[in-house]
Amino acid sequence: MKNRFIASLLLGTALTFAAGSIASAGDKTVKIGALSDQSGLYSDLGGPGSTLAAQMAIEDSGLTAKGWKIDVISGDHQNKPDIGTSIARQWFDVEKVDVIVDVPNSGVALAVNNVVKEKNGVYINSGAATSDLTNAQCSPNTVHWTYDTYMLAHTTGQALVKAGGTSWFFLTADYAFGAALERDTTAVVTANGGKVIGGVKHPLNTSDFSSFLLQAQSSNAKVIGLANAGGDTTNSIKQAAEFGLTKGGQKLAALLLFLTDVKSIGLDIAQGLNFTETFYWDMNDQTRAFSDRFAKRMKNSAPPTMVQAGVYAGLAHYFKALEALGENPHDGIKIVDKMKSIPTEDALFGKGEIQPNGRTIHTAYLFEVKKPSESKAPWDLYKLVGSVPGDQAFTPLDKSACALLKK
Amino acid sequence: MQALYAQLLVGLINGSFYALLSLGLAVIFGMLNIINFAHGALYMMGAFCAYFLLNIGGINYWWALLLAPIIVGIFGMILERTLLQWLTGLDHLYGLLLTFGIALIVQGLFQNYFGSSGLPYAIPDQLRGGMNLGFMFLPIYRGWVVVFSLVICVATWFLIERTRLGAYLRAATENPTLVRAFGINVPRMITLTYGLGVGLAALAGVLSAPINQVRPLMGADLIIVVFAVVVIGGMGSIMGSIITGFALGVIEGLTKYFYPEASNTVVFVLMVLVLLVKPTGLTGRAA
Repeated sequence: MKNRFIASLLLGTALTFAAGSIASAGDKTVKIGALSDQSGLYSDLGGPGSTLAAQMAIEDSGLTAKGWKIDVISGDHQNKPDIGTSIARQWFDVEKVDVIVDVPNSGVALAVNNVVKEKNGVYINSGAATSDLTNAQCSPNTVHWTYDTYMLAHTTGQALVKAGGTSWFFLTADYAFGAALERDTTAVVTANGGKVIGGVKHPLNTSDFSSFLLQAQSSNAKVIGLANAGGDTTNSIKQAAEFGLTKGGQKLAALLLFLTDVKSIGLDIAQGLNFTETFYWDMNDQTRAFSDRFAKRMKNSAPPTMVQAGVYAGLAHYFKALEALGENPHDGIKIVDKMKSIPTEDALFGKGEIQPNGRTIHTAYLFEVKKPSESKAPWDLYKLVGSVPGDQAFTPLDKSACALLKK
Repeated sequence: MQALYAQLLVGLINGSFYALLSLGLAVIFGMLNIINFAHGALYMMGAFCAYFLLNIGGINYWWALLLAPIIVGIFGMILERTLLQWLTGLDHLYGLLLTFGIALIVQGLFQNYFGSSGLPYAIPDQLRGGMNLGFMFLPIYRGWVVVFSLVICVATWFLIERTRLGAYLRAATENPTLVRAFGINVPRMITLTYGLGVGLAALAGVLSAPINQVRPLMGADLIIVVFAVVVIGGMGSIMGSIITGFALGVIEGLTKYFYPEASNTVVFVLMVLVLLVKPTGLTGRAA
């Protein structure tokens, strides 16, 4: 009896050891690549802040304490698809990166999308806008976290048409993003009984918009849709004020506007603009707490933009999936499937889900830029005017052209 | 037709910046034989200088128009004394590389501290609003830019081509040893000339601050176009660069109207054509 007791004790110990060694045999190393525009016109809304967000996601996940080894490296795609893809390739082949995050600039984002699919990595895009990432060009390796052109069109665009903005003129950035945003917004405008009476395509990173604005002015369109981003949008808005477009009764639709853009235009000129984001630092105690921690570590003490917040939240969800898997299988499709099977919930974006096409669904918020007199702190810039539930803001699955849905 | 007038005028406004910047480049190249790639960075410093004067010193736009070129000009003169002067007599390539390096460092430093989105700088109260010209709404500030830069361009041309000081300068470029023999301090004159060219860049920066965002890369985006302007006008030709500056602004404006997609390449297409037909530029003399 006693012998059997000892034997079973030994067996149990052995099993425990075996179990332990099986667990430790599971690969718990993860390498994150934060690919962004680190120095150009989108670097303030993504860039180094996105790398910081990734770093904070690692620290807050608590995985390091559980034996995981997680690193983050960053790269500058310079808004050039060829540079973006060659960095991505090198990261997968040489650096053994598991997941690429951020990637603003739709042109680069779509190109990198193909590389990640080919290498079976994980792609959590936060910075790019094009809705093609989860439509025609969707991939089983991709999660598109923060926002997209469909959402922007169906929130800001729709609200403006319903408020009487029935004729539109577009100022469009001449690349994948601008085209997608114009296309999605045009669909909303016409579906709501409005019409598009003209538009110009301007090169990316234009500093002088006066020519284009004069054309918009003489079109007599009620709404001038800005299908551009970053520095292009801030310059358009500033110069539209200078040329008296808004005083003449035309309304500017800043279809995509980020916190750093509003800050850079200044409240004097930006006040009253309506636009949509899925995250703002001053929403609730949780977002404020995160943003405080974030701003303390940013060089210019800026709170996170929605793109940077999306990098954080997307990675936090990725870590949840890894923890559920118990190890890093280094199999992109498997991890993304796991991410899709867990409902999303985090301090920054609230509750949501990742749809089978890779689109993350969460609430979108309509904001208005505050008047200078209403702003109490340097980054106190928005007031909330409404919200749209995720299932209404983003592409409904039956309208998505994603091949993954047709299985 | 109305739209066309408007585009011509807008082109003239952009042309003012091209003219001011290419003028500075032409002065520096003509007198110092340096291809000043730091010009864009110095233009940016002019705009930042105006921003700091306003937000830290409380000094308004009008004073900034005077002070920023002086401050940045002094910075330029320090650059010339400490770095550029050692390159006298060497191949152009050395000056180009050195100034290009300076530009990258200066832009990198500003970007490190101020990010890339830029800082707002308001139009001065006296120049706010606009007037209706019938065919377009002209913001008063833009009109001011055209007039002011025309005055500055003509004044600079007069200074160099029509005054005794300008004659010394030109002589010093032709034959520094001989001019020195007449008891003129040539190195000091060269330093001052570089300061003048840099000051012109800074002045353009202050002028553009209320129109564009005050951004670390504002000059990097512009400098390549301005170099094309200088090449088309003829390296070192003062009047040539002024006229080409305005003319190219207008041509670019028209392109924005007729075929906007090509608006940022049209200048370079023209540059290629001019170089094919007349390699010294439109007004340049053979070296």
